[in-house]
Amino acid sequence: MPATSTQTLARTVIYAALIIVTAGLTVAMLLLWQNIAERKEEARQLHFRLVELTEDIVDPAEWGKNFPRQYDGYRRTVEDTRHGGSEAPPSRLEKDPLLKLIYAGHPFAVDFREARGHAYMLRDQDVSERTKRFPQPGSCLHCHSTPLQAYRQHGRQAGIGDDRPWEQLIKGFEILSTMPYERARAFVSHPVACVDCHEPRTAQLRVTRPAFLIGIRQLARSQAPVPHLPSIAKWRQEHQAHLQAGRPVPEYDPNMLATRQEMRSFVCAQCHVEYYFRKPDKLLVYPWRAGLQADQIEDYYDRLDGDGFSDWTHAVTGAPLLKAQHPEFEMWSQGIHARSGVACADCHMPYRREGAIKISDHHVRSPLRQINVACQTCHRFPEQELEARARSIQERTLALVSRTEKALAELIEALNSGKQRGADPQTLARASQAHRRAHWRLDFVMSENSDGFHAPHEALRLLAEAIDYARQGQWAIASPSTR
Amino acid sequence: MANAPKILLFILVGLLTGISGYTFHFAEGFSYLTDDPRACVNCHVMRDQYESWQKASHHAVAVCNDCHVPQEPLARLGAKLRNGYAHSQAFTLMDFHEPIRIREVNRRIVNDNCVRCHSALVAEILPHKGAADPSWNCIQCHTASGHGPPR
Repeated sequence: MPATSTQTLARTVIYAALIIVTAGLTVAMLLLWQNIAERKEEARQLHFRLVELTEDIVDPAEWGKNFPRQYDGYRRTVEDTRHGGSEAPPSRLEKDPLLKLIYAGHPFAVDFREARGHAYMLRDQDVSERTKRFPQPGSCLHCHSTPLQAYRQHGRQAGIGDDRPWEQLIKGFEILSTMPYERARAFVSHPVACVDCHEPRTAQLRVTRPAFLIGIRQLARSQAPVPHLPSIAKWRQEHQAHLQAGRPVPEYDPNMLATRQEMRSFVCAQCHVEYYFRKPDKLLVYPWRAGLQADQIEDYYDRLDGDGFSDWTHAVTGAPLLKAQHPEFEMWSQGIHARSGVACADCHMPYRREGAIKISDHHVRSPLRQINVACQTCHRFPEQELEARARSIQERTLALVSRTEKALAELIEALNSGKQRGADPQTLARASQAHRRAHWRLDFVMSENSDGFHAPHEALRLLAEAIDYARQGQWAIASPSTR
Repeated sequence: MANAPKILLFILVGLLTGISGYTFHFAEGFSYLTDDPRACVNCHVMRDQYESWQKASHHAVAVCNDCHVPQEPLARLGAKLRNGYAHSQAFTLMDFHEPIRIREVNRRIVNDNCVRCHSALVAEILPHKGAADPSWNCIQCHTASGHGPPR
């Protein structure tokens, strides 16, 4: 009976197929169940405290055992940088020869390179010609390392007990900062670490760097408007009330008073700021006593110690100049994002999803590297559109920067030839003052790490003023009789 | 033992039904038939949307389903099935765009629901084609009504 055997075979095949399909579906359903279970598990945001963290644990790897996701991001600051730091050619001096003239007499005329990721901050400091060939103070380590523990230790050794933490910290900061760089370097071992921005027991945000803590107190005590920092405005009101009632006035303390959103900028503002080394001991100071705007900072420098402060004397013109450092916090403070309540971390450490978990990205980097999470959370436009907007701001700023450099270089040459011709001292003083004003404005924009993006109008305003000052100085030399 | 394959098949089908039923229960499948906004944060991906809705003006008068699904029973079920499938797939494979953005078809639904409640106010300014006109987009300007200011 071939018919029957064919039928049996067909039935067997159908059964076998049905069994295989059903078994496959069962497996698929189990996989789905497993996936749902995983997502539910992730959503619980379980936190395993494997290490008991304390103030004395500086090594980020230890913190990473409790916070593996954040640590992963932190470690990735070694990669994804457009620039090569202190080890990579070409230096900016080769790309832009005018810089050698503009910075003549300053260590930046010897070595000037693009910055790179956080992970390299200490290494790049060690290998820069600016520390190798010029004597630098321990102040540099305030931001190029994680110095908190070393400060406390030195404060303790100077006889200030743990019951006075503020005095201990400040004392240690003063001791370490005024040492020669090489000596102070032996007391620190890590670039920026978890403990700089997080309280060890709760992981709460905090600010720890002494120069910032002192600087922000002075800013709070000033009259300068800071509409983007509501807790300072509130403190000022209370400050007034205390004064009127004749009560003692507590200082502004960001760790107690700042909102969480302000803290998400303050942790960055601990270092991404304008600063100077106090004379003669080279202690690090943030110049915020008159406000955060470039003009206010310049005003502060002009009045410092009666006859004004200068970072260095220009080798060609002899003008007493200011070197702007990296005033990101100050520039951001002038921009629309700060006024809208957007913090540094919103764009540079945006929230991202890992499974069902939401974490802030500790791979700190340019927002243009992840426009979707950095920008689109607020700006509902396509990525290409957002990138084009950012790039147009940066390209316009850079075009004006190079125009300003040329104007400044021409002023330097005019001043030089004026000196050699033996122009009258009044004329030279006027041109030299113009050099100081123009250089400060150009440097403030050029050294700030956003190519104008943090505050586009402010950047262009400063460059316009810089060009005006440069041409005024040139004009003074060219026709000394006119004003 | 001619029945052996049949019995095995029955066992397997039973197993599949049981596991599927349990998975459905485990995933809180029935909650999606309700109007409870908490169902929308079952999978936690929508936590931002849920929390921002709690802090926005419409919190007092509208839940998720008042704005995000049609109100006619059949269309409502259709939208829930369509979005339910899309969301499950996206959350299982984790292949969706960040930040999450509303699709055009769903934006139309939201728009219709704006007009449903606010028709007395907007009747005079509706375009000739009515709310179905694609150029008519309430949330282009009223961005903060449902979920507060963008953050």
